[in-house]
Amino acid sequence: MELFTQKKGLLLAGLIAGCGLAILAFFGNPQNMAMCAACFIRDMAGSLKLHTTATVQYFRPEIVGLVVGSFLIAVATREYRSTAGSSPMTRFVLGFIMMLGALVFLGCPLRMVIRMSAGDLNAWVGLIGFVLGVGTGALFLKRGFSLGREYDTNKVAGAVLPVLLIIGLVISIATAAFAVSESGPGSKHAPWLIALVVALIVGALAQKARICFASGLRNAFLVRDFEMLLPIAGMFVVMLVFNLATGNFKLSFDGQPIAHSQHLWNILGLYAVGFGAVLAGGCPLRQMILAGQGSCDGAVTFLGMLVGAAFAHNFGLAGAAAAAATDTTAAVAGGPAFAGQVVLVCGIVVLFIIGAANIRKQKAAAKTAATAATDADATAAQA
Amino acid sequence: MIEVDARGLSCPEPMLMATEAVKGSAGEAVRVLVSSATARDNVKGVAKKAKRQARVEESGADFIVTIE
Repeated sequence: MELFTQKKGLLLAGLIAGCGLAILAFFGNPQNMAMCAACFIRDMAGSLKLHTTATVQYFRPEIVGLVVGSFLIAVATREYRSTAGSSPMTRFVLGFIMMLGALVFLGCPLRMVIRMSAGDLNAWVGLIGFVLGVGTGALFLKRGFSLGREYDTNKVAGAVLPVLLIIGLVISIATAAFAVSESGPGSKHAPWLIALVVALIVGALAQKARICFASGLRNAFLVRDFEMLLPIAGMFVVMLVFNLATGNFKLSFDGQPIAHSQHLWNILGLYAVGFGAVLAGGCPLRQMILAGQGSCDGAVTFLGMLVGAAFAHNFGLAGAAAAAATDTTAAVAGGPAFAGQVVLVCGIVVLFIIGAANIRKQKAAAKTAATAATDADATAAQA
Repeated sequence: MIEVDARGLSCPEPMLMATEAVKGSAGEAVRVLVSSATARDNVKGVAKKAKRQARVEESGADFIVTIE
């Protein structure tokens, strides 16, 4: 397991995860959406009838697999630790805004990379926003941004989300209680067992290799460390090969599946995701991995994303996919409606407010840290 | 010895605190307390970058990384 903290291990984790993504794409997940934290949480919100957009409702086993895969490997390798208390409501809001940004762009950073590997130039434009967002978050970190410490809680607390998701999966397989799309992205999915197994493996790999789409760029900004970009590069390469081999690669702005070419909103959408992810300590995927290894704060961020997805669809805030004209319908340019544009800009303003409100005075923080360390020593000595 | 308590803090705060402490240490040992394996590995990475030795001890569920 030490392997996955070294350079070659990080790349290997990315390559294996990339193969998992290719398998999901091959077995029927929507085009250029082999796995997407934002889209799949949105589908899950739809299946639970938190929103009623008929085309995006399905209880995605991938979400269950990612969280439970992280949970199982963390328990097996003694990294499971139930913690909570690092500004949970702020994290809820960060999750909400990240989801909103992702649904304006139409994808989380993972799907951005998958779309990039299929030649979708809109995703390359979105990358500009993501990089700028991560850069903005990094500036706040440099100025002393912190959401404060998390603390140990009852061991059971950290297992609540994985268990709830397993129960949800059982209900979705065994009954017809949850909504399932009959058309649109929600209707396209790999068989549940394949989706679950692949996601369990990807979740475990992501936990061991600390895969995070924001931290790779963030560390590059902060400490000129590019190691965490290796898993992402691995996934990109595998998906690029897969797309070329299956004839799915198409270098263009137009005609891309579940995408739009409203460049400003692609940039701003992913700007919000990148900025929010750095403030929250990880991208949407990473939040689920953290939740799996026992972080109740990560689980609260997940809930923020789930509720954010519901709001995005209930109030028409999500971006629409572009569509060519047909015999019966006119062409659709896609992108967010005015309400979505307004709420996204407000969300970005809220990110700045959260950033500014949580900057701790460096000297005071350092002094507190030093005192706490001395106290910890004294406690350890007594023990 | 310089002490840094980074327990319970989100990434990359432990790494940034350790980097800051190592920069200002003038060769003095830096002892960093962290509460997760991720933070432990990141702090070890700080030592490696600074070309200094890191020693890890377990302290209950926490880790003490001493950068010599």
